[in-house]
Formats: sequence, C-alpha cells, structure tokens
Amino acid sequence: MIDVINLEKQFGQNKVLNGISVTIEKGDIMVVIGPSGSGKSTFLRCLNCMEDPTGGQIIFNGENLADLSVDINIHRRHMGMVFQHFNLFSNKTVIENIMLAPVYVGCSDLKKIKRKNRSTKIKNLFSSSSQQELLPVPMTKAQITANAKKQAMELLDRIGLADKADVYPSTLSGGQKQRVAIVRSLAMNPDVILFDEPTSALDPEMVGEVLDLMKSLAKEGMTMVIVTHEMGFAKEVANKVLFMDEGRILESGAPDEFFGNPGNQRLKDFLSKVLS
Amino acid sequence: MGNFSQKIDRFIEVFIDYNGYLKVMEGLKNTLIIAVLGLVIGILLGTLIATVRVVPKYKRLPRILNTVCNFYVGLFRGTPMVVQLLIFYYVMLPILNLHMTGVQVAVFVFGFNSAAYISEMMRAGIQSVDPGQMEAGRAMGLGFWPVMRKIVIPQAVKNILPTLGNEFISLIKETSVVSFVGAADLYTAFNYIGSNSYEFMVPYLVMAVIYIVLVLIISLGIKLMERSLGKSDRRH
Repeated sequence: MIDVINLEKQFGQNKVLNGISVTIEKGDIMVVIGPSGSGKSTFLRCLNCMEDPTGGQIIFNGENLADLSVDINIHRRHMGMVFQHFNLFSNKTVIENIMLAPVYVGCSDLKKIKRKNRSTKIKNLFSSSSQQELLPVPMTKAQITANAKKQAMELLDRIGLADKADVYPSTLSGGQKQRVAIVRSLAMNPDVILFDEPTSALDPEMVGEVLDLMKSLAKEGMTMVIVTHEMGFAKEVANKVLFMDEGRILESGAPDEFFGNPGNQRLKDFLSKVLS
Repeated sequence: MGNFSQKIDRFIEVFIDYNGYLKVMEGLKNTLIIAVLGLVIGILLGTLIATVRVVPKYKRLPRILNTVCNFYVGLFRGTPMVVQLLIFYYVMLPILNLHMTGVQVAVFVFGFNSAAYISEMMRAGIQSVDPGQMEAGRAMGLGFWPVMRKIVIPQAVKNILPTLGNEFISLIKETSVVSFVGAADLYTAFNYIGSNSYEFMVPYLVMAVIYIVLVLIISLGIKLMERSLGKSDRRH
C-alpha cells in the first residue's frame, strides 16, 4: 500500500534519513525500533509529509507524496496519525475532537458540490440547447454532523469513554487522552495509522490500556506503522520489524527471527541493552 | 470651599439648561463607537497580519506578504495616533478625493493603529499555542487556514484576552485626541460645558470619572469573558 523508495531527509547539512526503502502491505503491523536520533520518528513523519522529504519517493495509493505538487491534504485523510503527546485539541470537547475532521471534510465536499451546481445552473440559463444535469447533493450539513456524532459515540463506546464525551481533554488521564487520540484518527476511516511513540509519554500503568486498544485494531486488520520502545508489543503484535540507525535500515524481518536470531552487530548491542 | 459648590451649580446649570447633557451623550456615543469599531477592525486586521507573519515561509508569496506586514506594523507603531489622524484627515482624504466625517476617519485610524499592536499580541498568542495542535490538525488532512481558524486562533485569543482588554482600554482613553479632526467625543463635550460656564474644574473632574467608570465596566466584562473561555482549562 505504501512504497517507500530511497527516501532521504536533510535538515540543513544534517542528513537524517539516508535512503530508506521499504514496502508496507495492507494489513501490515510494522514496528520501527532504534536508538534515539536514529531517524525513526523522522521516517514516520515523512510518510505523511509532516516533514517534507528531500529525496526519494513515497508511493501511496498510486501517487508520489514526496512530490510537492500533490495535494497532501487529500492523502492525509487516509492516513491517521497518533502522537507521543496526544495533541488533542484543548479548546474542543472530546466528542468535538473526534467529529472535527469528518464534519470538516464532509462540509467542504458539500460546499464543492453546491458551488458546482450553482455554476451549472447559471450555464443552463444561458444555453437553451444543452441542459447539464445537477450533481446530486448527498447529505445536508445537519445529516453530516449527525452521522459524525453517531460514529464518534460508537468509537467512544468502544474505548469505554462514552461518559466523557462532553468534557475537555484537560480532565482526562494520559491513557484516556491517547485512546481518544487513537479513535480520533479512526474517525476518518484511514487506510493506515502512523503511531509516533504512542506510549512514551504515559505513566507505566496506563501503557497497557493503550497497547490493548492498538492490539484490537491490529486484530481487525488495520494497517499500522508504529515507532515504539515497547519490545514486548513488537514481538507479540508486529509482523514486520525494522531496526534503524543513523538514518538507515540495518535489519528488517519477522519478529521471531528478528529478536531470536539478530544478524546485525549493532542490533545485537541494542537488543542486549533494551531487553536486559 | 464655598467657591466649589458654586462651581458645581454652574456646571449643573450648563449641563442641564444649556443642553450640556446632549453634548455629553453625543460624545460618549462617539467615544464608544470609535473605540469599539476600532477594536473590531483592529482584531480582524491584526489577526490577519499575525497569521501572515506566522505562515511557514518556504515560498515567495508568504515572504512578500510578511515584509508588507512588517512595514505596516512598523509604520503604525512608529507614529503617534494624533499624527496618523491628521495625516489621514488632511492628507489622505484630499488626495483620494473622499469625504468622510471626523468620526469615520477616527474609526479607521483607530482600527489601523490598533491592528498593528494587536497583530503583535496575536502573534505572541499564536506562538504560545502548542505546535502539536497545528500538527494534529494538519495530520488529519485539514489545510493550514482551517486549522488556524478552528483550533489555533481560538486558543491564542484565550491566551491574550487580558492584553486585548488592555488594548481596548487604551483605545477608549485615546479617543480623547479625535477632536483634532473635528469629531465630537467626551473631551469636546466637557470642553463645551467648561467654556460655557467659564470654569473647567468640575467638567474635567466629571470627565475623568466617566472614563474611569467606562474602564471599570470593560475590565469587569473581560474578567467574565476570561472565565467563560477558561472552562476548557478547568479540571472538575
């Protein structure tokens, strides 16, 4: 689904990614591990162009996202992202956080259709011979909002936070915030979700609830790319593990082989440090 | 101070019998119109300028706009309000061949002037919002401007509300210079009463009290607004 070809990223003179090539298939749970400063977060953020790549290609749904002339906003709607620091909108309630993007996208599509229809009507006024047909208006604004609300409540039910729908994020615990952030990205029905160290800012006792939610997503066949330090999670859930250092992929493979029989010396050192 | 009660009598006489109260109401109305409309223009224009100044500057257009906005802010912060009023009224209007009353001119000049100050406040406010908020919005596929409008600016406004209140208060007080372009404000009204009663002590004191009352009301309003906007921060 996502083909990354020779991806490069430079910050000034500092080369952070040195030609990353990897393919993410539908249904893949890909975990990226590596020491800090190895470029794994940058790699993840390049996938949806939060950082513009300075070289290489990212082919997603047949289009090269690294090409700056592509309308990235359209593609980002199919790629959810979950952040280390949750980044819930603090001026919106929990349910508004979840509804924001679906309602916005729905309404802007609606506006486009209406504008198109207006111009067709005007054209029709002036040409008696060829009457163009109007585009059907799928839903009114109220229906879009109602649908988004229903979906948001279902998502909140799923994570057991339906009673928190109308509170502001500042009243939630870290684990609750991160779970809301995950269902917020689900609200757009994405093809893939990118997780940028989703459990690193959490208290240890809250890590479990977030990982459980991610596991249940994995079971449903959601495609996920996860940057994390949770080796246990990687072993249990991932079907592909990447080890990155100095902007390169040093080793990749299925978790059994990857953790059981690491070939690369750098990876051996890393694993011996984090697993002991 | 037997003298003083005499002065109060003179003031009341002119205030009521010589239609002084009408002048004061007129002045009060103009003062409020100029300050409120000035603030509205200032907030709208100032927010626009602030946003232009925080847009990422990879491309040429944002950079040009940024320079224009910098120049604008420098121009309006670098000259006194009175000078701007005089130039607008006596230079710009004849050149552009426009006819405007003093109050209209004052509204625009106050708006343009406060836009320069508010843009700087707003810029600080926008920069005080966690960049993660913008990132989260962009990652969902919303454009820069929608995220700015729905997420960042509301939070920025909340952060800068006390300073915005300050700006409103100083606008109210600065309206006392609009008589330079022939607009009737509070100062003009009390000056009228003073010159008709041949004594200025009481009118000017009353004028000061009116300004203070206005400012107190505004501060109260801002406090209430802060409380209602602050509900997203409260833990309950």
